[in-house]
Amino acid sequence: MIHQPIHALADAYRRGELMPTAVAEAYLGRIDAVDGRVRAYLTVVRDQALAAARESERRWRAGTPLGPLDGAPIALKDVLCTRGVRTTAGSKILDTFVPPYDATVVERLRTAGAVILGKTNLDEFAMGSSTEHSGFHPTRNPWDLTRVPGGSSGGSAAAVAAGMAAGGFGTDTGGSIRQPAAFCGVVGMKPTYGRVSRYGVVALASSLDQVGPFAQDVTDAAYLLGAIAGHDRRDATSIDAPVPDYTAELPKGVAGLTLGLPDEYFIDGMDPDVERAVRAAIDVLKGLGARIESVSLPSTRHALAAYYVILPAEASSNLARYDGVKFGLRVPARDLVEMESRTRAAGFGAEVKRRIMLGTYALSAGYYEAYYGKAQSVRTLVRREFAAAFAKVDLIVAPTTPNVAFKLGEKEDQLSMYLNDVFTIPGNLSGITGVSVPCGFSVSGLPIGLQVLGRPLDEARALRAAYAYEQATSWHTRHPDLP
Amino acid sequence: MSESAPYEVVIGLEVHAQLLTRSKMFCGCPTTFGAAPNSQTCPVCQGMPGVLPVVNRRAIELAIRTALAFGCRVNPACRFARKHYYYPDMPKNYQISQYEEPLAEEGFLEIDIDGATRRIGIQRLHLEEDVGKLVHEGTLETAQSSLVDFNRSGLPLMETVSKPDLRSPEEAATYLKAFRAVLVSLGVCDGNMEEGSLRCDANVSLRLRGATALGTKVEIKNLNSFRNVQRALEFEVKRQAQALDAGERIRQETRLWEADRGYTRSMRSKEYAHDYRYFPEPDLVPLRIDAKWVEEIRTGLPELPRARRQRFLTQYGLPGYDADVLTQSRALGDYYEAVLREPASSAGADRPKIVSNWVMSELLRVLPGGDERAIETSPIPPRNLAGLLRLIDDGTISGRIAKDVFQKMFDSREDAPTIVDREGLTQVADETALGGIVDSVMAANPKAIDDFKRGKIAAKKSLFGQVMKATGGKANPTMVDRLLEDKLSKIQR
Repeated sequence: MIHQPIHALADAYRRGELMPTAVAEAYLGRIDAVDGRVRAYLTVVRDQALAAARESERRWRAGTPLGPLDGAPIALKDVLCTRGVRTTAGSKILDTFVPPYDATVVERLRTAGAVILGKTNLDEFAMGSSTEHSGFHPTRNPWDLTRVPGGSSGGSAAAVAAGMAAGGFGTDTGGSIRQPAAFCGVVGMKPTYGRVSRYGVVALASSLDQVGPFAQDVTDAAYLLGAIAGHDRRDATSIDAPVPDYTAELPKGVAGLTLGLPDEYFIDGMDPDVERAVRAAIDVLKGLGARIESVSLPSTRHALAAYYVILPAEASSNLARYDGVKFGLRVPARDLVEMESRTRAAGFGAEVKRRIMLGTYALSAGYYEAYYGKAQSVRTLVRREFAAAFAKVDLIVAPTTPNVAFKLGEKEDQLSMYLNDVFTIPGNLSGITGVSVPCGFSVSGLPIGLQVLGRPLDEARALRAAYAYEQATSWHTRHPDLP
Repeated sequence: MSESAPYEVVIGLEVHAQLLTRSKMFCGCPTTFGAAPNSQTCPVCQGMPGVLPVVNRRAIELAIRTALAFGCRVNPACRFARKHYYYPDMPKNYQISQYEEPLAEEGFLEIDIDGATRRIGIQRLHLEEDVGKLVHEGTLETAQSSLVDFNRSGLPLMETVSKPDLRSPEEAATYLKAFRAVLVSLGVCDGNMEEGSLRCDANVSLRLRGATALGTKVEIKNLNSFRNVQRALEFEVKRQAQALDAGERIRQETRLWEADRGYTRSMRSKEYAHDYRYFPEPDLVPLRIDAKWVEEIRTGLPELPRARRQRFLTQYGLPGYDADVLTQSRALGDYYEAVLREPASSAGADRPKIVSNWVMSELLRVLPGGDERAIETSPIPPRNLAGLLRLIDDGTISGRIAKDVFQKMFDSREDAPTIVDREGLTQVADETALGGIVDSVMAANPKAIDDFKRGKIAAKKSLFGQVMKATGGKANPTMVDRLLEDKLSKIQR
């Protein structure tokens, strides 16, 4: 039952061939067997998971399931607040923080009957692309334990890839869902900014953060997104638009769709295996009847720089509340200022401190216009270029990352780490949606991701193209060899 | 500051008013004052990880109402911004406020200074959230620990910044009083300075008379009463003048008013001024203000204190002093007009002034005129005061007795006829009965009669007093006067 997609589990529940309790137990057993090596989880909530599974089982037996996610064992990135369950954001400073509330996303998943197995690892406060910079321990790539799973949502991606969860959730601020999905060979989707509520999601950069699913296949991604999407009165930035049935349009195929191929997304120095796999995937789509057209997104080369001004600026503000006064870590001292400094010095890791300093600087009087103001102008340009491209094409296809999963410790220089997100960041700056779907393997056997970008709120079409590709290939049926 | 002084005083006030909403600015917590510490909090106003603000529409409405009353331009779109500084009573270590795009700008408030009208500019009006409160174990200096109460955290505050148009501490106090009266009459703020519903900071500088450039300004905080505003500014003006006289330069700084000690002391100088690192609040979308909504609010604006004062002068012919007193609060003006609307026995042209006298001398002797609630819940409602005045008009009781009845009405909440009937206070207006009493008083006071015959008019007054005394004050004074006049003239003849 491990490595069965959620929709297959639901079918089995319906037919009475499988039951949620046995499935939850199997997944918890798999975590026991595997996670000592992968280290995807920060917290496993065994008893709660089994209790939720028993409830689900009662519903399935009574013929009153709550929907396709009822009884689905899932993993949550540890930035999603869970009532009564510690939520750390991967940081020592929140080691002991137990929220008295559920994130809206978590609330909706509970309402859908999902069985939450636990909270997964991430780069501290979601700052990173490798999950090496967790305040607790690194997570490893199930395909090659010497390599990173990507990040920042590396824990959820690795958990789904390694069969330690049937589906998972992460957050994507600059590629933190799509990049680890590509590195771990699973489907990962960043919805349109505002499509999913951010309430109860520990904030990194408020204008960029978006919650989205990790899935074993596109159908599951559609179900998982459908469960969490929609307006939330508690999030003023959430969009008040109806949520379509994302699975309904999946079988429509790509015949007649125009797919844009951005010149700027095939760059010098990218892994030739990645380029080969992505071009082959585009040929598959062409073979399925899609028209391919070249588009230009010239501001792509400025997007990374703009992102590394906006993100630290917002992060420096969002992280100001962690001061030892109200919750989480407190390092005692003689007076208040010393207590706050010591708490932040001890509680935050090096990358977090670096970004707080960058952001504080960028927002300082006299520098604001030159940095934050300028970065916002670039952001506007990026958004306009996407809008212009989407006037010509229905979707944009591109590699998710320029390379495959790298080795732990390989990218010591932060700049080369930042470059990993060069193809995903523009999607966050512009607020559009994007999904990464497995499209092959490198010579060394590491997964590669194809990114499908769609217009704002056009998740259904992006998923439809990803599904057409997936159904024409078999990459999603492969699993890492991890006994 | 006397006219001959070489310096001109330049003052601007920043007033923070807590808006009368039922829930907080960005969450659903209640706003009641004085609840048990941290009982009115939630994850949002405690700044917990991942929570988000949602704008309180009622707060926006009250701020627009105020902006319109001050003639401000309500911007079609405004935006919230984050203002950063570290302080343990501020849970997020940033305050959601407005910076570059405030709700409203460019208005004014007219005040009366020495009989002349001065128009004080209002630069901007914006919304923000309040912070919590620190409670120290013992005094601030000796406390071993401090506690935070977040009940106040997130309460809606409206900040209104005046232009530097005020020219004396007295003007500043007058501005603040007028400002408060407008807010209270609009029903947007209870104006309670002791509970902190209305707080004031002042910017003050001096410049040589005739100079156009502004001097170095000093900000004074902690001005929590009209008196303190005036006292603190008077102290500060003197301090700055002395410094300038001595050839010193004024340091740009923030000073704290120590009300108990009567001086301002330096809190922080410009070098230590915060860099608030403002940037647009990404958790909130820009607020579009619908022009139709603004017009709806404008239509619902009540009459403002100055307009009402003017109307009291022209419509009722009241003296300026009376109009000032009666318009000090919305409730008092309403009370006065409610009495006037009640039926009267003889609606003479002087009735508005008579009612004004009763309200000013009797009602305000027992109730504070500036306290809306006290006036609204007066034990003597307008109907009952009108009833009392009718008893005077129709001669049932005398004006003197009426004052006693007023006090009894206040104490027992009964109406005037009930008290007058029960206590037999109806004045004696029976001509035969009164005539007999006058006769016996005259018979018992031959000396007064002699004095009167010799031309001592005052003797009549003494006899009048004797008659009133003999009737326990209930005699109709007009009738007594006429009877005395009658009988004395007969004696003379």
